[in-house]
Amino acid sequence: MYSQGLIGAKTDTNEDEAFLAAFQARIDAEEKIEPNDPMPEGYRKTLVRQIGQHAHSEIVGMLPEGNWITRAPSLRRKAALLAKVQDEGGHGLYLYSAAETLGVSREEMTEELLSGKAKYSSIFNYPTQTWADIGAIGWLVDGAAIMNQIPLCRCSYGPYARAMIRVCKEESFHQRQGYEIMMTLARGTPEQKEMAQDALNRWWWPSLMMFGPHDGDSQHSDQSMKWKIKRFTNDELRQKFVDATVPQGEFIGLTFPDPDLKWNEEKGGYDFGAIDWDEFWRVVKGHGPMNRDRIAARQKAWDDGAWVREAVLAHAEKRNARREAAKMAAE
Amino acid sequence: MSKNQIPLWEVFIRPRNGLAHKHCGSVHAADEVMALQAARDVYTRRGEGTSIWVVPSSAITASDPENKDENFEPAMSKVYRHPTFYEIPEEVGHM
Repeated sequence: MYSQGLIGAKTDTNEDEAFLAAFQARIDAEEKIEPNDPMPEGYRKTLVRQIGQHAHSEIVGMLPEGNWITRAPSLRRKAALLAKVQDEGGHGLYLYSAAETLGVSREEMTEELLSGKAKYSSIFNYPTQTWADIGAIGWLVDGAAIMNQIPLCRCSYGPYARAMIRVCKEESFHQRQGYEIMMTLARGTPEQKEMAQDALNRWWWPSLMMFGPHDGDSQHSDQSMKWKIKRFTNDELRQKFVDATVPQGEFIGLTFPDPDLKWNEEKGGYDFGAIDWDEFWRVVKGHGPMNRDRIAARQKAWDDGAWVREAVLAHAEKRNARREAAKMAAE
Repeated sequence: MSKNQIPLWEVFIRPRNGLAHKHCGSVHAADEVMALQAARDVYTRRGEGTSIWVVPSSAITASDPENKDENFEPAMSKVYRHPTFYEIPEEVGHM
């Protein structure tokens, strides 16, 4: 989800050379940067953007899967899906906390998501049409997320790296439960296998887009690599994902919707066809099949929750006042 | 947008009996009861702990990173505070 986190990030910074050189020396020495340490404004802004958009992706990512909780085919599947969706909510909260250490409030981030100023991963703007989509999301979408997130555990910003370690530990269950769903369908009736194949056909290309634009077209990649916010380029991670995933799909007898996909002995990896970048930018800019629904759902949750937020604060205030009064009376 | 922001709490978890509570993250909550519930949901979904503390973030006083040298450097030069500074003949055995 997460190379896309840099979309819209501004890496410009205007500190003097000596300050930037001293900061770069700390980064090159693999020192972690902590919230109160001096840092270039561009570094801070890039991280606020990236961590915020990563958090939004986790929260919006609960919607396509939440769609199937009530229709899971068995109690076992339902319990696993509930646990997974709850994990995504938790991951969003770890990440919002990490972003808050950079001086941005939860409310500001929420407003930016709802106004469309902040993005979230393009993948969540596709609909979940069948139960097999839940398998494909776990296997492919969480698989791609893991590829992105493992190097983020070594990100130069301490709070982000620590949040990523927790996320990665939990994410592995997500991918395995997704693959198990796909495997069960692929080994089921011809109709079930067809359902699994159809889900792979629809989710394969959007999953490859999750790694973000090609290295040559990725504006902020160089500076982010230099600051060790990113450790691998978008294309490197995409290649790793393809190489890891294709044998898994073949093992369960599914085929990938790419006639150009073939093993390249020389490079020790798969060659694959051209990605439809027009579709990618269309979805990022708000014109995917589900963009409006997703934001409408988040807006509704925010609005419907307003009275709860007000009530809990009023209740806390009342309790504090009573406590104070009791203390005064006792003195 | 409401002007009242929901307060931030730091979360400390004791992973097992006999170990100290360790800082693991933060949550937003209106009061201490909800902070404990949120901390349980966010940070202990896989048996990570047997006890939770929540502390208002505003109640924490931290040392200033700018004073790192004057606070912590003096300890670095006092090698005689470590047992390995003293030479004891091998014949004496483990001490």
